[in-house]
Amino acid sequence: MSTLSERILGAPAGKYVDREVDIAFAHDGTGFLAREALREMGVESLPHPERLRLVFDHIVPANTGTTATLQADLREYSRRSGIALSDAGGGICHQVMSEGVVRPGMIVVGADSHTCTLGAFGAFATGVGATDMAAIWASGSTWFRVPETIAVNLSGRLPGAAEPKDVALTYVAKLGMEGATYRALEFVGDGAAGISMDGRLTLCNMAVETGAKAGIFYADAVTIRYLAEHGLSSASPQVPEDCRYERTIDINLADIVPLVAVPHRVDTVREAEDVAGTHLDQVFVGTCTNGRYEDLARFARIVRGRKVAVRTLVAPASRAVLSRAIATGVLADIVDAGCMVATPGCGPCLGVHAGVLGEGEVCLSTANRNFKNRMGVGGEIYLSSVATAAASALAGEIAVPEGA
Amino acid sequence: MQGAGPAVCLGNDIDTDVIIAGRYLRTKDRSVWAEHVLEDLDPTLAGRIRGAVIVAGRNMGCGSSREQAVIALREAGVIGVVAPSFARIFFRNAVNVGLPVIEAEVSCTDGAHVAFDLDAGWVEVDGERYPARPLSERMVAILRAGGLVPYWRSCR
Repeated sequence: MSTLSERILGAPAGKYVDREVDIAFAHDGTGFLAREALREMGVESLPHPERLRLVFDHIVPANTGTTATLQADLREYSRRSGIALSDAGGGICHQVMSEGVVRPGMIVVGADSHTCTLGAFGAFATGVGATDMAAIWASGSTWFRVPETIAVNLSGRLPGAAEPKDVALTYVAKLGMEGATYRALEFVGDGAAGISMDGRLTLCNMAVETGAKAGIFYADAVTIRYLAEHGLSSASPQVPEDCRYERTIDINLADIVPLVAVPHRVDTVREAEDVAGTHLDQVFVGTCTNGRYEDLARFARIVRGRKVAVRTLVAPASRAVLSRAIATGVLADIVDAGCMVATPGCGPCLGVHAGVLGEGEVCLSTANRNFKNRMGVGGEIYLSSVATAAASALAGEIAVPEGA
Repeated sequence: MQGAGPAVCLGNDIDTDVIIAGRYLRTKDRSVWAEHVLEDLDPTLAGRIRGAVIVAGRNMGCGSSREQAVIALREAGVIGVVAPSFARIFFRNAVNVGLPVIEAEVSCTDGAHVAFDLDAGWVEVDGERYPARPLSERMVAILRAGGLVPYWRSCR
């Protein structure tokens, strides 16, 4: 009996396999290197451009002449090669791929480490580097080592102000930054059904912070409803088999409280209550971890009719998210509370575009990494849920969200 | 696949942001990456790693998939990277750009003489020999070709 990764890759853990990929994507930060490698490989035409995507999300819109030129080259290449492009403003690659592209059972590779996000659909999704991506463009396939799997067994329901991000920080703290290296994380248990697709994407997103190759949920009624809403109506559920996990970690969702990862390690996690009162210079809400519609709506509910006490930047994960937030009034609540709204994209999370921190500045972010200097030299990053970020933005310091 | 040089020792969980910061990524000029490699860890390292073998701690190269990290190390003149464990994308990227990566648990201090032989599966520190975890056949072939691009060309 197989784990879901073994089932999708069609071989037992430990085997090396060559597999055609269903979807392969790169962004503006990795795409230009893949293009360079492809040129060096001497490859002219691509066998399966319809499986490939380019997504401009890291520095959007371009901030310097150099960036603009790199993007212009890639834009021209997308036209010539037939690779579909989601241009600046369309959103973060993982979010764009979650809006009606990725389906259960697919093999998905992305030239970005957070490609594991898309395992939320019951796909095997993993990150690769730019040269690997070039070879995938050239051949339509790549090699994989089928991973062993660690089960994350979820039970119960999330209480109060706790949210999927707090569950993600919980398993990252339990496993540590290399606790799942080369492994897949499979999210199972009767608690999984109660987590929305947006929440599952958040949970799978942080798998790589434990070193995992993939994070994966079994497609169920929640998945199928979401896919139908995004124009994909042919998916069927995946039924777990009685399989062998390398180990199992148990998380009772009812025990989850608001958490914060403190500088400079994502696995150094404290209860929000224990770091409450920490001075903040900036709050950042967005990214492939927590920039989805549910996140923006949750944030708006908390800040509605009030004013933030610290500079607060909100970046929707995609144009679709932004558009829905406009239609429902969520965006107006966010803007009226005194927040800035950024172009859908990644920039602030990795300190490459907008929201960069100065020496000694402290940011509470809903992203997935708080490495030293990531958002700017000398800056300090705390990571939290959206509700904790909203409560903290109102207080001007780290605060515990109401209802916790 | 063999190599040797003086050791430059790094700690655990060296992430790719610290190997090459986001602010230096948007260029095709590889000398920029070599010049600023490991800058946020120690700005003097870039000038000291030419011809050296990096001996890192656990989870070497964690974080972002940026291939600029392994290119920066290679362009700065690093001969190879030894660590007890690597983040998987970094490991695969290193092989793909022809930078030898050796998974081995060694005892080492800065400046020690490090030699490795990937085919034979060992690494030596000042003459003390340690076993290295074998690479897959394909990874050996890619490394021997000098990276995935020359490997691809040789297969066509």
